[in-house]
Amino acid sequence: MNRLKGEFSKSLLTFLVMKGIRMVSLLFAICLVSFILVKSSPIDPIQAYVGADMMRVSPEQRENIAEYWGLDKPAIEQFFHWGSAVAGGDLGTSMIFRQPVADIIHERFFSSLALMSTAWVLSGIFGFAMGVVAAMKKDTWVDQFIKWYCYTLASTPTFWMGLLLLMIFAVWLGWFPVGMGVPVGVIAEDVTIGDRVLHLILPALTLSIIGVANIALHTRQKLIDVLASDYVLFAKARGERGFILFWRHGLRNIALPAVTLQFASFSELFGGAILAEQVFSYPGLGEATVEAGLRGDVPLLLGLVLFSALFVFAGNLIADLIYRVIDPRMKGAKSV
Amino acid sequence: MNNVHETSKSQQFGLLPRLNRRQRTLLVILLAVALLFSVLSGALLISNDRLATNLEWRNAAPSLEHLFGTDWLGRDMFTRTLKGLALSVGVGMIAAGCSALIALVLGLSAATMGEAVDRIISWLIDLFLSVPHLVILILISFAMGGGIKGIIVGIAFTHWPSLARVIRAEVMQLRSAEYIQISRRLGKSRWWIARKHILPHFIPQLLVGLLLLFPHAILHEAAVTFIGMGLSPHQPAIGIILSESMRYLSSGMWWLAFFPGVSLLIVVRTFDSIGENLRMLIEPHHSHH
Repeated sequence: MNRLKGEFSKSLLTFLVMKGIRMVSLLFAICLVSFILVKSSPIDPIQAYVGADMMRVSPEQRENIAEYWGLDKPAIEQFFHWGSAVAGGDLGTSMIFRQPVADIIHERFFSSLALMSTAWVLSGIFGFAMGVVAAMKKDTWVDQFIKWYCYTLASTPTFWMGLLLLMIFAVWLGWFPVGMGVPVGVIAEDVTIGDRVLHLILPALTLSIIGVANIALHTRQKLIDVLASDYVLFAKARGERGFILFWRHGLRNIALPAVTLQFASFSELFGGAILAEQVFSYPGLGEATVEAGLRGDVPLLLGLVLFSALFVFAGNLIADLIYRVIDPRMKGAKSV
Repeated sequence: MNNVHETSKSQQFGLLPRLNRRQRTLLVILLAVALLFSVLSGALLISNDRLATNLEWRNAAPSLEHLFGTDWLGRDMFTRTLKGLALSVGVGMIAAGCSALIALVLGLSAATMGEAVDRIISWLIDLFLSVPHLVILILISFAMGGGIKGIIVGIAFTHWPSLARVIRAEVMQLRSAEYIQISRRLGKSRWWIARKHILPHFIPQLLVGLLLLFPHAILHEAAVTFIGMGLSPHQPAIGIILSESMRYLSSGMWWLAFFPGVSLLIVVRTFDSIGENLRMLIEPHHSHH
């Protein structure tokens, strides 16, 4: 038994090392590709830095700015300069916010985290429940309705759902402020937690409504497979029905895949957050990404690309680990 | 087996009784073709007069005269929506086509060109899946300086991995199939096998894959345009209409955002359901999805 356990942790270690190597190679490629991409952009970074005062900048000042940001050096040199700084944890300084990129990401990550985690938990719970109900009532009108609803949601543009909610709850009913992560004209320190929560509800609701589709359809399918198995047939023959049947034989089999799926969907979650934050002017990472892209803030854009990659990777790694560590069927299995 | 089971059950409860999946799919395809045709011809035929500034009809709510209402310049929203849809469908088709082409080349290479190539391509797939699609789209759009080209390149580069995986798996499975082994022993050339045995299996997969890429391409096009990184504000795209409408929402002009969004949703949903139905029809063992 002990030997088995040792082998298991050894295989886990190899797995983690392999994952780490893959991650490093991917991150390096992402750095290289995105650096080449932003350098090939026709958008002038100096103009982005100076902004509207562009007409008043003399050629000498322009050169000074280029020298200050290192823009006058060859692209390869710039890349190694930037790359070594990133490897040391320094992401550079944002051109539009005039703050270190790492600080901006740090600060905005917590706003985005509040939004994304709320949406993540809500869509997970409701999606799972909908999937279970649909599967238990397979082929009834409830199932038909849930399926129809999920397929329709999967085709709904996230930002349009946000606009709808904005119209209904903020404009018509007046329950929520229209836009802005914090009230206008209030100093950041004076913003209460209540204000923050109030501004969080609509974007989180948007993401939750859109997010249930995937998990519900997936859970429905898994549970239908489980219900078609021999052991469920046997349980039914013993007289188990409805909720008891689901509790004893269904839940354990479908809970793990559902949780894993939720962790593996960090990429869509981040993409959805960009759109929801844009609609509701919520000051998170997504809004910063759009600002950086629109106004040509190269250091911030690169930093956010790297951060989003790390975020997605974390989700996938957790999903993999859950399978390997928690799933009893994976214990003692050879590493793949 | 599952297919038969599912259709026989849904006959009792479905909205369209006594139609099996094949018939339902045909019906939806007919509807979609009619819809697409009317959108495209409508966008071409309706003159630009209704888009001219018309101050008498400013901010009008939906009526028989203006089905979707008018905007703050008195432009007819129905006309704008039709033109926007036609543009979105066009951009979506080109982008999905490019993406399918990339998927085809990489999927085939992964399946046929040996272990090393297969590994490289699976690493490439990981690379493109490791950053959220929308972030890549913003990055590529930025690199290309915005515009239609940026969107098409962005969508083409982000949407191929899933289809490339399907193609790779399909070709690998076909290559090891018994009848192909036998055909090879009988001395048929590689080209003959590819043409007579593999292609007929493979074309439907590719077409359905393309069809399923298309709605996603439209959605992403609208999203990128909405956040301001895509098509220019002078083009009548749905994303532009919706992002402009945000400024007028607080004055209660709900029709500016509602109808264009619903139209987009209907187009996307129709093509998605055709793709899903066809996928189930050509893959009977996956029919229960």
